[in-house]
Amino acid sequence: MVKLRLNGDFIEVREGIKLSELLGELELPDTRIAVELNKDVVRRNDWGETVLRNEDVLEIVHFVGGG
Amino acid sequence: MRFKLTCSAFVLPRILLDSEKVKITWQVGELKLAGKEFGSRLIIGTGKYRNFEEMKTAHKASGAEMVTVAVNRVPLDGSTESFLDHLDPSMAILPNTAGCFDAEHAIRTARLAREALETEWIKLEVIGDKITLLPDNEQTLEAARTLVAEGFIVLPYFSDDLIMARKLLDAGCPAVMPLAAPIGSGLGVQNPANLRIMREQLPDAVIIVDAGVGTASDAAIAMELGADAILMNTAIAEAADPGKMAKAMRLGVEAGRLAYESGRMTKRLYASASSPIEGAIR
Repeated sequence: MVKLRLNGDFIEVREGIKLSELLGELELPDTRIAVELNKDVVRRNDWGETVLRNEDVLEIVHFVGGG
Repeated sequence: MRFKLTCSAFVLPRILLDSEKVKITWQVGELKLAGKEFGSRLIIGTGKYRNFEEMKTAHKASGAEMVTVAVNRVPLDGSTESFLDHLDPSMAILPNTAGCFDAEHAIRTARLAREALETEWIKLEVIGDKITLLPDNEQTLEAARTLVAEGFIVLPYFSDDLIMARKLLDAGCPAVMPLAAPIGSGLGVQNPANLRIMREQLPDAVIIVDAGVGTASDAAIAMELGADAILMNTAIAEAADPGKMAKAMRLGVEAGRLAYESGRMTKRLYASASSPIEGAIR
């Protein structure tokens, strides 16, 4: 298992999991969201090739009301 | 006889109606911003509405062509709902960096917004203090420089200060967005002199008053001082009837702009009679 920090919370996922697989398991939409891995944006096209590693820090964002 | 005289008074408007042949063409000009043209000089927020229906009604009534949205962590409990689906697709979306307290977080948020929405436009907001929500101008400038270099169209929220406005424009921002008063305060333009000075010293800059407007007269005042547009959220969302307030804001912005463009009369300390005093019976 690898330990990740996702939106501030610690989670454990299986070894070798790809970012696209994690997003699928979280049932997140694949449009109008963005993902940052260790403070760098991961382009949508790279989600399928990005393997998550121990102690990776992920931020996944969408849009909410604001002013 | 007296009745007939009273009746003749009703004839007067008919004479005035001859002027209806003159077509009224005085309309508020378009807002030109970063190569785009907007028919409305009102930009509105999407926060604090009691429900989506009220927000949609207000957006429609406002006539705004651009709305701002916030970037936020997705909930991980499967409750994700796309907020953007509740927005009129004809409106441009301006993501913001609200909630960021330093340049680094604002820059990261802007990059995420660009990736998610495929837009270069960003409302840059770097807050310096949780109580006042006043902007951190130094961090804002730093973030603006980086984001402009990365190709963003940066619209920065900042304190109403001429020197800061100059620096932000020099950094490559296509517009500056000085506050009228603290975010969500509804206090109206607290320092009209600063806005006026900014307008006079930066005649070619696009100045968008962002934050602090409370009601339609506040919007009119900001526009009369020479603002090119106003961005607001709370004044509409927290009104008892947001739709009606949105319409009032639309009219306030238009009235203020027309008044600014028309060139107001000079204020004088003493009266100046509108009717001739000479020739009045003695």
